[in-house]
Amino acid sequence: MLSFIFIFLLTIIVGMLATWVDRKVTARLQYRIGPPWFQPFADFCKLMGKETMVPSGVSQMVFLGAPLIGLAGAALVSAILLTPGAGFVGDIIVVIYLLILPSLAVMLGGSASRNPLAALGSSREMKLVLSYELPFLLAVFTVMFKAGSILFSAVHGIPVLSFSGALAFLAALLAVQAKLGVVPFDIAEAEQEIAAGALIEYSGPPLAVFRLTRAMLYFVLPTFLVMLFLGGMDLWFPLKYVAVLTLIILIKNTNPRLRTDQAVRFFWGPVTGMAAVGFILALMGR
Amino acid sequence: MLNKLFKWGLKKSLWVYHAGASACNNCDIEILDLLTPKFDVERLGIVLVGSPRHADVLLVTGVANRQTAPRLKDLYDQVPNPKVVIAVGSCACSAHMFRDSYNVAKPIDEIIPVDIYLPGCPPKPEAMIDAIVKILGKIK
Repeated sequence: MLSFIFIFLLTIIVGMLATWVDRKVTARLQYRIGPPWFQPFADFCKLMGKETMVPSGVSQMVFLGAPLIGLAGAALVSAILLTPGAGFVGDIIVVIYLLILPSLAVMLGGSASRNPLAALGSSREMKLVLSYELPFLLAVFTVMFKAGSILFSAVHGIPVLSFSGALAFLAALLAVQAKLGVVPFDIAEAEQEIAAGALIEYSGPPLAVFRLTRAMLYFVLPTFLVMLFLGGMDLWFPLKYVAVLTLIILIKNTNPRLRTDQAVRFFWGPVTGMAAVGFILALMGR
Repeated sequence: MLNKLFKWGLKKSLWVYHAGASACNNCDIEILDLLTPKFDVERLGIVLVGSPRHADVLLVTGVANRQTAPRLKDLYDQVPNPKVVIAVGSCACSAHMFRDSYNVAKPIDEIIPVDIYLPGCPPKPEAMIDAIVKILGKIK
């Protein structure tokens, strides 16, 4: 119990610092200065103190419960990944299922908001999830096949150094970029287009919980990639985590946003092709 | 103690929603100037948000004409407490040269309570930053 609380707090703190690094690097690349290091914590404290406004006529349970579903998903995944020696049979599959929960929470919250712009944001998120889950699963299956089992602890070596592992890593990295809702796949919360998208009616503590879940995903998802592709938890873990985070921020800052149909075509076309080729190479033993 | 934490958070991260009540867009351009690399208010934690429900500060520009006046009141009601309203530009402060025009409904401060008046046509970005600093001083 105590270790779960510790891991929860660690995920929150490291995740928020990761979102700060993202904002700071983006600002620097745009010749700006960017926010100070405590900015995500200040945002969280401020949002927790604002009043919660619930639109009239919505189902209060769904509207207020959706952020908690997302938080539960992210927290459980961080517990499974980071508790030492807590692997169980099938934990990779459980993590894949749990990682859908944050996106599901955004979809639920947007649909429950009784607002056409929120419904639009929610439907865009649904289309995005439909598109990236396929290559993501193929990439994870590649690693599971190479390891020969469905346990995290059975993944040995450094899969990314083989041909199949490299292709699978690239596909999984792009899928993670879309899971985090980062440019070029941030169509679901495209501020300039649909005025904050699915979260348009959220204010105060529920919004704080949504942003907290997103910050936790900034820590959990690269950790997931490191444990599958880059050789797991060892002394080099911080370096590997920073490397994956750097790749995500790099892709973010060098690309424009894709439209929904372009993103779906991209994931179902080249990325799935790449992941499939990687899987076939793994079947052949390379 | 939690109150102090909240006040610290409010000072360090003000989220701004721009409510244009039929402005000529001059003030709006100057507001966008603040987000560009030259002035960069993001280093103060200020972010332009897309929904009034995410905002702390309502930046009102323009003269409230008959069409936008009830909508401005609706927008003001949708911003969660605690909130600050800044009337940016001389038109928002007092209807300026349009005060006798046929479609001006009321001055903005008769529709919603205004906390800070920022005259100018348009006000310079430095004046806007000065207004923001004054708000930060008012938050106790």
